[in-house]
Amino acid sequence: MEGIYFDNNATTRVDPAVVEAMLPYFTEQFGNPSSMHSFGNKVGLAIKKARMQVQELLGAEHDSEIIFTSCGTESDSTAIISALKAQPERKEIITTTVEHPAILTLCTHLEKEGYKVHLLKVDGKGRLDLEEYRKLLTDQVAVVSVMWANNETGTFFPVVEMAELANAAGAMFHTDAVQAVGKVPLNLKDTKIDMLSVSGHKLHAPKGIGVLYLKRGTRFRPLLRGGHQERGRRAGTENTTSIVGLGKAAEMAQEAMAFENSEVKRLRDKLEAGILAKVPRSFVTGDPTNRLPNTSNIAFEFIEGEAILLLLNKFGIAASSGSACTSGSLEPSHVMRAMGIPYTAAHGTVRFSLSRYSTEAEVDRVIAVVPEIIAQLRKLSPYWEGDGPKAEPEKAFAPTYA
Amino acid sequence: MWDYSEKVKEHFFQPRNAGVLEGANGVGDVGSISCGDALRLMLKVEPKTDVILDAHFQTFGCGSAIASSSALTEMIKGKTLDEALKVSNQDIADYLDGLPPEKMHCSVMGREALQAAVANYRGEVWSDDHEEGALVCKCFAIDAVLIEDTIRANNLCSVQDVTNYTKAGGGCSSCHESIEEILVKVMTERGEAFKPGTPAKEEAKPAGMTNLQRIRKIEAVLEAVRPQLKRDGGDIELVDVDGKTIYVNMTGACAGCQMEALTLQGIQQKLMEELKEFIKIVPTKAGALSRATCHP
Repeated sequence: MEGIYFDNNATTRVDPAVVEAMLPYFTEQFGNPSSMHSFGNKVGLAIKKARMQVQELLGAEHDSEIIFTSCGTESDSTAIISALKAQPERKEIITTTVEHPAILTLCTHLEKEGYKVHLLKVDGKGRLDLEEYRKLLTDQVAVVSVMWANNETGTFFPVVEMAELANAAGAMFHTDAVQAVGKVPLNLKDTKIDMLSVSGHKLHAPKGIGVLYLKRGTRFRPLLRGGHQERGRRAGTENTTSIVGLGKAAEMAQEAMAFENSEVKRLRDKLEAGILAKVPRSFVTGDPTNRLPNTSNIAFEFIEGEAILLLLNKFGIAASSGSACTSGSLEPSHVMRAMGIPYTAAHGTVRFSLSRYSTEAEVDRVIAVVPEIIAQLRKLSPYWEGDGPKAEPEKAFAPTYA
Repeated sequence: MWDYSEKVKEHFFQPRNAGVLEGANGVGDVGSISCGDALRLMLKVEPKTDVILDAHFQTFGCGSAIASSSALTEMIKGKTLDEALKVSNQDIADYLDGLPPEKMHCSVMGREALQAAVANYRGEVWSDDHEEGALVCKCFAIDAVLIEDTIRANNLCSVQDVTNYTKAGGGCSSCHESIEEILVKVMTERGEAFKPGTPAKEEAKPAGMTNLQRIRKIEAVLEAVRPQLKRDGGDIELVDVDGKTIYVNMTGACAGCQMEALTLQGIQQKLMEELKEFIKIVPTKAGALSRATCHP
């Protein structure tokens, strides 16, 4: 499909080389890796190779620390529920206000079952207060779950340091690293991170495949029990084709790591600077000095994000927004709210997320199109007048039931 | 991506009557900035006749909010204030060939802006009594606040009760867990425990309305739509009310009209809003509701 795809934090296109690696496992290599015959044997070897490719990307010490799952969400649920089941005497969880729903919704549910959930707050740039974290780390905490990089702003959390602190307090440490894996060099063997979630489709592998990294020696209780697949830690016949695909994608991500952090970053910076220079009353959310190389989240004040996306889509440009309307919820993105971004800006946030396939021409095109779109919508906005916001916009327009 | 109709997209990409209206003498500002939808409706009313000469809007809102605002201004121009006030949110949604359930509140906002603007013109103060909660039932666009209020007002204690009173949960049933959670919350407040499998109340009658009051209300709604039908050479009469089923007879040009089912659905919606309960309207000539129709 023609178009400019700047929504790679949502999902990525499967690399053609990944598809090619997968294809034989639909047809000639269709065996069940658990079978004794040679139909299955070769598949087993392919999975072994993929496991080593993922191990390499994560910098894990052992390949047996890699457990293939169906998605990032399954990895997150498995990790947290396992930590609680393995340490029934500990009833508390520490996480952050800006986690992905895969963590937050689960924690809300666990609260109903009697667990105590502590949500670490963030400041205006999406940064944690480690002092607050230290105080909460007691012998009641079963698990700490903190994302490596935020999906909306790209902002990094100091997970390596936080894992050390958790470890010293005797709590397990899990990180949802679905946005970071493939964009940030990892060396898990030198960290105290016990568990880490990966999602294949964020790094040019297919959807429906994920990984839970489980450090050797970490006490574990499976979510799915049954057959002996994944050494009994995740029962269910392996998604062989996707595992092979993820292995290939991991290998390619390792090769492209430097490119992601130089060329992709350069394009992202150019895009961001280009838009900010041309659009008044717009600003970057999160911590611009400490974030993923591919992500730029820009708030356009006094207009609403879904309307921006619909107009961008008309120009063939794909991005995403933190507005309430894009998700059908009643509040704008919880990440924007947690950072204290006012409603008039939070609803107008747009996330551009690039990939190694993004081009300079695409960036130039988006820089050319965005200012027009923003100006067009601001003409409709009751907060806007001429070339700028009305004086005291919140007073100029204060609707009933605001 | 939302499943927007072509009409919604068209009104979004080419909004009618957008921008400030010079000389407006009725202005309504409504919405919720936390929800990301707010609308300013501006009317220019001819004082002698109360006819809306012009209507403009400005909105901080999503695609369907802009489209709903645009549609509303088109619908009310040339009407008298009293005629315009009869435009319901369902009328706005119908004008746009429907809105996704999550977006129905955009049409509600349009109707409220109209009420607020008319009140402003007449020198009255308009206050909003409607509070919106998180969407629970996506099949029928029912939110948590409505469900909670209905459970509280009628002492409901089963999911089936909630479906009978609000329609929520009557479709795909995916929201039953959420409905149970609201039941648990409200029942705990009144010192009861939620028990799954509790049989539904025998006859779900709205609180405090006798049969006579109910029938009068139904007749009032039919009376209100009658002029519209008569304009098209048709009419409607109430035949019988049997619990939640309301039998009517469509006469004149309405009988057998291609649009009959659509008309009845609109009336059914108005009746449900007025009676605050889930009812079914059945034409005495069977089958009209299910007949395939095309939109105008």
